Amino acid sequence: MSLWLKMISVTVFAAYRRRYGSNGMKPPPLGYSRPESVAEALQVLADLGPDGKVLAGGQSLIPLLSMRLAGSMHLVDINRLAELSYVRVAENQVRVGALTRHAELLASASAAEAQPLLARALRCVAHPAIRNRGTTVGSIVHADPAAEMPAVLALLGGTVRVASAGGERQVPASEFFLGPLESAVQYGELATEVAFPALPPDAGTGFAEISRRRGDYAVCGVAALARLGKDGQIASAQAAYLSVGPSPLVIELTQAVTGASDQQAARAAAEQARAQVDPEGDIHATAGYRRHVAGVLTQRALSQALAEARQRQLTGMTTG
Amino acid sequence: MTGINDELHEVSLTVNGAARTARVPARRLLSDCIRHDLGLTGTHVGCEHGVCGACTILLDGVPVRSCLLLAVGADGAEITTVEGLADPDGTLSAVQQAFTECHGLQCGFCTPGFLTTITAGLRVVPDPTEDEALEMVGGNLCRCTGYQNIVASVHRAAAIQRAREVGAG
Repeated sequence: MSLWLKMISVTVFAAYRRRYGSNGMKPPPLGYSRPESVAEALQVLADLGPDGKVLAGGQSLIPLLSMRLAGSMHLVDINRLAELSYVRVAENQVRVGALTRHAELLASASAAEAQPLLARALRCVAHPAIRNRGTTVGSIVHADPAAEMPAVLALLGGTVRVASAGGERQVPASEFFLGPLESAVQYGELATEVAFPALPPDAGTGFAEISRRRGDYAVCGVAALARLGKDGQIASAQAAYLSVGPSPLVIELTQAVTGASDQQAARAAAEQARAQVDPEGDIHATAGYRRHVAGVLTQRALSQALAEARQRQLTGMTTG
Repeated sequence: MTGINDELHEVSLTVNGAARTARVPARRLLSDCIRHDLGLTGTHVGCEHGVCGACTILLDGVPVRSCLLLAVGADGAEITTVEGLADPDGTLSAVQQAFTECHGLQCGFCTPGFLTTITAGLRVVPDPTEDEALEMVGGNLCRCTGYQNIVASVHRAAAIQRAREVGAG
């Protein structure tokens, strides 16, 4: 090796060691606390202020740290707070604790029965190994516009329970998603629970998304909700979109589908979606393609929702 | 900033049945801890952001990406790495045996992640359909094989497991 090469490599290595420490760690230096109770966690978060950051499953946060898209922070690891690991179905709601993994919610038969959209969407969240660790509440707080569960919460009009050392507040989904990766959770606060409304007996849901590879972030995804009147006519319909805007986009479709047959309704909804979404293009898909896909997926998701609603109405009549 | 430094934390783990400890800064990824602090280099590190699946280990019996966990957060956990799959006498596990029989690997870089993922997958779905086999390995990337022989290995592993159970019973 030439002397020059040697000098350069020694300089580069020294710079690397200065920056990353002696044994190459990807994330920046971190503080770390692991509280044993919610009360302790809230106190730690209050003390830390803007330096504090909640670590639940970490399936989005750790990559951000490893890529150094996020800088040094003090992590408050809530993985010991077993009291926040639950799925409770009661009073027409599915309530999910902050430590409940996607896989646990997906496996819950009572949650799937009360709100079938949860399992439909959860099956599209990354891969099983990610779902084993990632939490549903964490995904919602992370507020990635390409994520499934924020769109589901926005469509169903659920609420997030946010606690701090000073008390507790309930934030409706419509006020929760402020922008890309930005939710209403403030410094010193911990989102302890998300409540998804249960599906009424005369309603149905659908979910459809397209991704480049299985488990990848979707190029576009649509969650749909349809409700029937007593006469069997479509009473209302809405759809929520991921990956087509800075935060989950909910489109009211009721006017477009009122009085239509299911087939006509799905087509009219697709047309409205194409007109109303305003996606951006990126390396994975152009804006025009995303707009097209939003229409196609609206048609599919709404057809699925209407079929489920009819099935449920029929079952309700025979059993009720 | 408060406490944001490379202060060392004591971590106790049960790794492939043996009690192990390490002293790590908070930012030490579990994948790096397994490889550098514990010396178990069978766990491979590919993309280091959760996409490729090469670093998949079993954490308390469940497959997870070790590059998406902090070592300090795994304190107290029971971990199985690829080194822990074979019997102590060196007999290959059903999944390992299937990979050798079906030519389920070429360069071998992704293989530890596939082996751990399928080992856990077959515990939940012991007799997978074609779709279930695809879903099982859908989160792991392989750049050599084209996946056909890996999917064949899933089915073969299920068959070997059944045969071994009959033999043992």
